[in-house]
Formats: sequence, structure tokens, C-alpha cells
Amino acid sequence: MASHDTYADTLRHAQDFLLTPAGLSSGDLEVVMSRVLGHNIDYADLYFQYSRQESWSLEEGQVKSGNRHTEQGVGIRAVAGEKTGFAYSDEIMMPALLDAAAAARAIARSGNPGSQGLAARTGGEMLCLYAPLDPLASLNDEDKVALLLKVEQEARRLDPRVRQVMASLGGSHETILVMRHDGALAADIRPLVRLNVSVIVEQDGRREHGSSGGGGRTDYRYFLTEDHALGYAREAVRQALVNLEAVAAPAGTMPVVLGPGWPGILLHEAIGHGLEGDFNRKGTSAFANRLGERIASEACTVVDDGTLPGRRGSLNVDDEGTPVQSTVLIENGVLKGYMQDRLNARLMGMAPTGNGRRESYAHLPMPRMTNTYMLAGDRDPEEIVASVQKGLYAVNFGGGQVDITSGKFVFSASEAYLIENGRIGRPVKGATLIGNGPDVLTRVAMVGRDLALDTGVGTCGKDGQSVPVGVGQPTLRIDSLTVGGTEE
Amino acid sequence: MGTITANRRDVSAEDVAAQVLEMARRHGATAAEVDTGTGRGLAVTVRKGEVETVEHHRDKNLSVTVYFGTRCGSSSTSDFRTEGLEEAVRAACTIARFTAEDPCNGLADPAQLAPIVPDLDLYHPWVLTVDDAIALAKRCEQAAFAVDGRIVNSEGASATTHESFDVYANSNGFIGTVRSTRHGLSCAVIGEDESGMQRDYEYTSSRVPADLLAPEAVGAAAARRTVRRLGARQIKTCQVPVLYEAQVAKSLLSHLVSAVSGPSLYRRSSFLLDSLGQTLFPSHIHIYEDPLLKRGMGSAAFDGEGVATARRDLITGGVLARYCLDSYAARRLNLVTTANAGGVHNLTIEPGREDLDGLLKRMGRGLFVTELIGFGVNGVTGDYSRGAAGFWVEDGALAYPVEEITIAGNLRDMYKGLVAVGCDTDVRHNTRTGSLLVERMTVAGG
Repeated sequence: MASHDTYADTLRHAQDFLLTPAGLSSGDLEVVMSRVLGHNIDYADLYFQYSRQESWSLEEGQVKSGNRHTEQGVGIRAVAGEKTGFAYSDEIMMPALLDAAAAARAIARSGNPGSQGLAARTGGEMLCLYAPLDPLASLNDEDKVALLLKVEQEARRLDPRVRQVMASLGGSHETILVMRHDGALAADIRPLVRLNVSVIVEQDGRREHGSSGGGGRTDYRYFLTEDHALGYAREAVRQALVNLEAVAAPAGTMPVVLGPGWPGILLHEAIGHGLEGDFNRKGTSAFANRLGERIASEACTVVDDGTLPGRRGSLNVDDEGTPVQSTVLIENGVLKGYMQDRLNARLMGMAPTGNGRRESYAHLPMPRMTNTYMLAGDRDPEEIVASVQKGLYAVNFGGGQVDITSGKFVFSASEAYLIENGRIGRPVKGATLIGNGPDVLTRVAMVGRDLALDTGVGTCGKDGQSVPVGVGQPTLRIDSLTVGGTEE
Repeated sequence: MGTITANRRDVSAEDVAAQVLEMARRHGATAAEVDTGTGRGLAVTVRKGEVETVEHHRDKNLSVTVYFGTRCGSSSTSDFRTEGLEEAVRAACTIARFTAEDPCNGLADPAQLAPIVPDLDLYHPWVLTVDDAIALAKRCEQAAFAVDGRIVNSEGASATTHESFDVYANSNGFIGTVRSTRHGLSCAVIGEDESGMQRDYEYTSSRVPADLLAPEAVGAAAARRTVRRLGARQIKTCQVPVLYEAQVAKSLLSHLVSAVSGPSLYRRSSFLLDSLGQTLFPSHIHIYEDPLLKRGMGSAAFDGEGVATARRDLITGGVLARYCLDSYAARRLNLVTTANAGGVHNLTIEPGREDLDGLLKRMGRGLFVTELIGFGVNGVTGDYSRGAAGFWVEDGALAYPVEEITIAGNLRDMYKGLVAVGCDTDVRHNTRTGSLLVERMTVAGG
């Protein structure tokens, strides 16, 4: 997929787009960088960003609101040892850049003297995992409205118990340009789209909710292909109708079978965050200093892979200009690697892994996940369910969260069923599942052959910064996990 | 090093708002409203005695909503140059060409707009140099390390100051401005013993620098909160009373507000549909908004569409007295706006007589929850299931720390079973509550 031409085009486009209108030349950037650099600055970067986002939303059969957002700016960072100075401006103009440069470099005064600069690690080639599409221009506004109306009609057509349909369509087009202190330049043009459908069904006075959606680094035409948009409508209605039949969920510790795809949020919470470089450098993660140890059953191999074409969590380069890669986190149960940005990689004596991400120019980069998933095993998913006498089968989830230090994590099921004598039984109400990250994967007894990635709906929050991510997994059996229902 | 100084008068933001309204008029909009905010601040983090980050914040944003009759469109931008503003207005107008007619759309009724804007004493700038901020954060963290030898690591201590200037204006001639500040100190530390690591934190925040707790007090509290969690274990599944510590109890009030807010009601997606006048809580429970509180973290003289706020009851003697509505939702429901465009202001539950110790004694045996994780709340059904950590309570006293458990129930039952409100009101937030004792919930564990 790599292509020099595309890379050169992207870089030229980003420069033309971000710098030229402000009358900035590459010489000007060098002047700014020279103001940031001092004798004890180990690392510095300038991050230019321009993004346009829009959203359209439907309720009661009509698209009643739409919003458009434009954001631009430059963030300037200077790093001395473990210290970071950071300033930003929403004006891409020379005086603002010089001000921000002066503020950022003030950190150096209290910096550690004399550690040497980073060797330049410019990627000679850049991936091309998605085309530099502009989703906002990919359909005209009438067709965006029409798409939402079609989704709404499909949901209503499916079942007379559907009382409310809410649907939203969102897209963004972002151009970034990073200049590092060693002169390396990287750029990326990132499209991202998402369509969400949410329905309320009602029967005999009982109301339940179902939702679905998807998207990725492509444009709106994606939703018109392979029945994607209408598929979300059908899925939302199906979930809501299942929930109409749901009984109280069990409470206590039991075997849990997780379905394929989005339940991979398990991996994101249970081990993903704990394997981000910053927490491990600082020793605040329950996984700190455990490289090479067995932390999962032999059946588990987990990767963080930013190189999947078109996926929501994928990037051509990360926000520090490092090409993304597929990083093995756990191989056959053994902890193999952390996810790194440049700061933490340098301080830990490791290589950056292309996981340096930031919400925007106004935020500092941190090690963040891209697409995190478990590789397929060899079991038949039906055989996995059949192996459980009494337990829970959970196939859809809302959000999750983790306490990095204690390792305790949760993720909340929105569609789940009892398993009785190896058979899928009655649906149960949503319940939160809680476990301990460092040992939950040691209890993975069976791994299915049905690896699936999620449909492109994940957003991960850390330190107040949101970034799009992906997750995935095959069907898994976890021998014991605590299920937070109400039935003892 | 840099200092944060106050711009005495940020006239430009008001000019920008006026300019945008004029642009909307020129584009043919029949009405328009605009929100602008500019802010600046400093955030310094120290970790293990060394500076970790020094962040200089400087933000601005403008959002505009235009109406063409009963159709609307909106947009926002950080580009305040004339061409940037023009582009934002044009984008909003373009969107309004494709959205559907909705007779409930429109500006707030002019009769309800705040006539004068009282000074709520929200602006107390802090001339905090980077060096001073570093020194405060260091004192905070040092105090944490000094509490107990088991405090072995730190996520750091921070000192932050931020000031903002916000303007809301609409084409009915309303213009309201708010200048405000917000300052804080926080500290998060890691304790370790043979059982493993635990983390907890403490913070102080205020409109007024002098009202912040001393850094030593913040650091020491963070350390005490952390150390007491060491050795936490799972408990057996059971049904017991649950006492929510004040700082996690506020989430129970947020779920209430969300369920009685306009969008949940007109979308028929709330577990509290049609409950106006119903008894939702025991009769000793009173919940109200106190928007005009001087120096309050959630104080506002007008809401997000210029409507005058006032002290208003939400729950009176356990009964739902009103919904939380903006003008749009009010029109949808044939009611009157309650000045809740943008949310509630200083939502307060009237404190009871007992302090935390008193509530622990009253509970006797049960679970004291100090941390909640996850999002397991279903707003349509009220079903509630969240991860928790805290302490097992025996004979009215903390027996041992617990973790890896969930607490579950239904919010309707939890509200009905709200036995007591503590007098330990946490005022660091827009939602102000003491600790809350819920009669019975299911705790899932081993």
C-alpha cells in the first residue's frame, strides 16, 4: 500500500493548505523551531491542524438540526528530560507562533542538562490506509438528509412497536502537519465518518432502547454500499426488541462467553490502557515491569494495529509523525510489548510504536490505542457456548472504564443472554461486568475462530482527550467474571 | 517565566458577537443567536518532585444558530477573522436550507430574557507565575508522600488557573456577558503494600484563589484516601444498604436531571415520563437550583439562551415539582422554559442533620462507596449497574476496603429508598450534595 507519490502529495497538500494561506514558508518554521530549541531541549515539535466537522440529526421523521464546526491551530511542544512545555494558538500566524514557542521553551530553564537529541527516524515511506477524501463533500446536503430519512423509514417499517427513531450522520476532514526538531516533516489527511441509529420500542407500557452504527476513515458513500446504513437500522430494532423480553440479570461470579467484534472492548479496558507506555514508565500500571511474563492463557494473542485500511482507529502516521504499525502486546499469553509515543519510548529506551496521538493541536500527545484486537483461535463458536453449563452470553456492550493502578475494569453489556445447559436462554437486562485486568485473560479457556472487528463506533477517552479507536475479538469463554445484575 | 494577567476589558468578543448577528441578518436569517467564549489559563503538573508539564492554554470559540422562519442551522469556529466568521455564518445558513420546519424552533420569548445581569462575583483572577504554580504543586505532592511510607509513587500534583469571558447575544437585542475564573489544586498518588497498588486523589477548586484548600491539606487527603484502600478485596454477592460518599453521590442527581430534561421527555426515552407531581423520593427530600449563589461553581444569571434564572425547586417534599426545560423543549411539551438551556445551575439537595459518621452509624452494616466506574445506567428503564470500590461497613464503622464489585438496582427504587442525606455537602461542583444513603441494592461480588 505504501507509495512515495502519495506521501509527497499529502505533504505538499498539507503545506499548501496549512502554511501557504498564512504566508508561512518552511524557512519560517525553522525560525520558530530555533526559538524553541535550547541547549537542553531533547525534543520539540510543531503540530499544525485544520479540521472541518459536520453532523446532521434526525428525530420524529425529520432532520431538524445540523451543525458545522471548523477548527484550526498550532501546538508547540518542547521536551527536556521528563519535562514538557506546551503552548498553542488558534492563529496560524508568525507572531502567534513565536509567542507560543517562547512559552513552550521556558520549560528548558528547569530542564535536566545535556541528554542528547533523538536520532531522526523519518519514515521513508508512508502508508496509505485511506484516501485523502473529504467526507463533507462526498454527498450533497440533500442526499445526507435523504440518507437519514431512509434509515428512519427502514426502522419504522420493521416493527409497529418502534416508537422513536433517532439517527445521526457525522463526518470530519482533518489535515495535520508535524515538524520535529530534527527537521523531519510528516503530514496526514484524515477522513472519518459515522452513522448512528437509536430506537425506542414500546410494548404494554414497557419501553426499551436499541442502538447501532458504524463508519470509518472513508466518506459517506460507504453507507450507501453493502446495505450498511439500513443494516444499522435493522440491528438497532433487533436489539431493542430483544430487550423487551429481558429479565433481571444475574448477580455474582460465573463463566461468561463474549461474542465476536465490539465485545473486544474487554481487551481495550482490561489490558489495553494498562499497556500504554506512560503508565508503565511511571510504574503506575498494574502491568509495569511485567514484560516477558505470562499474563494470559496460551490461547491469547493480542495486537494493537494502526495499519488496517479504512478502520476508525487507523492512521497513516501518528500525531508525532511516526508511521503506525502492528504491535504485538500479548503473544500466546506472554506480555510482549507496550504502546509508545516518542517521549515515553525515549525515556524507557524503547522504540516508538506509532501510538502518539492527541485530540487536537490544543492537547499534548500521549500513548493511545489504535485498533486493538485478539487474533482468532480454532474453536467453533457454538462449541464454546455449548461448553458452559450455567453462565452469561454477552454480545453487545455500551462503554467501559479501567482503574489502571488496581487493574480493575468494567464494561457494560447492553445485550446478553443466560446460558443454561450449554444453550442460549432468555435475554437479560443490561449489566456491568467487572474484572481484574492482569488476570482476566488467564481465565480465557477457549478462543473462537470467528474474529471480527467492530463496525467503527469506538471513541476512547483518556485525561480528557477523545480519539477514535477500534476493537475486535473472536468469541471467547472466560471461566469466571463478576456479573453485576440484581438476581442473586 | 510567563504570568497570567487579566485583560481588563475584552471588548472584541462583544463586537464579534454583534458582527456575527449582523452577518446572519444580511444572509437573510429571520433570527439568530451567538455564543462566544475566550479563555486563557495555566496548568502545571509536578511528579515525584520534578516538573512534568507546563501548559499554557488560550482558547476561543464562537457558535452561531440561524433561523429562517422555523428552520434552523448552526455552526462553530475558532477563526475570529472576518472571513472565518463569514464562513461560519454561511455554513449555518446552508444547513438551515436543508433542515425541516419545526414550529418549536426559535429564540427564547423576549419577556423571559434576563433584564439586568447581576454580578455573581465569579471573577477573581490569580496572578500565578509558573514558578509559583510549580511551588504549590510541589508542596501538595510532598505532603502526600509525608503521610505514609506506603505512598510509593505518584501520578502528580497540579495547580491550574483559568479565566474566561463569555458572551451570549441574540437578534432580539439581548446581550449578556460573563467574566469568570476557576482555579484548582489536585493530587493523585499511588500506595503499595504486599497486596498490590491502589490510587486515589483529592482536589480543591474555587472561583477565588484564597478559597482553595491549602496544598498540604489536599496532598495529605489524597494520601489518606489512597492508603485506606490498600488490601481491598472482593465481597460475596449480597443485598445491603449502600452509602454513596458525597463526591460520587452527585452522579445520582445527574441521572435524575437527565431523566427529567427536555430531550429525554419529548423523545419519550426517560424512565420518569409523565411523573410531574409524582412522589419520587421520601418526603424529607428537597432538591432545588440555586443559580444566583455568589461565587458558586455553577452560578449563572441567565441560561444558554438569555432566559433569567431564579432559585427553583425541582423536588419538593419528595415530589417532582417541574421538569428541566429550555425554550425548545418547553414548546414541544406545551410548558414554560425553566431556564435550563445548557443545563442546571448549582443543583442542590438540602442537607440532613447527620455527618458522614452519623450516616455510617445509621447504616450499621453495608457498603460505603467511594468510587464508581463505568456507564451502566439505562436512562430509558432506570436500570442501574455500575462498578464500585469502597469499604465494607460493620457496626457503623469502616471494616475493610472492597473492590471488584458492582452495585445494581433501578433508579426509581433507589430514589424511593433514599433514606438520608448527609450534611457533608461537596461544594466543588455544579451539583451540590452530601453523602447519600440508599436503603438497599444488589452488590455483586465473588
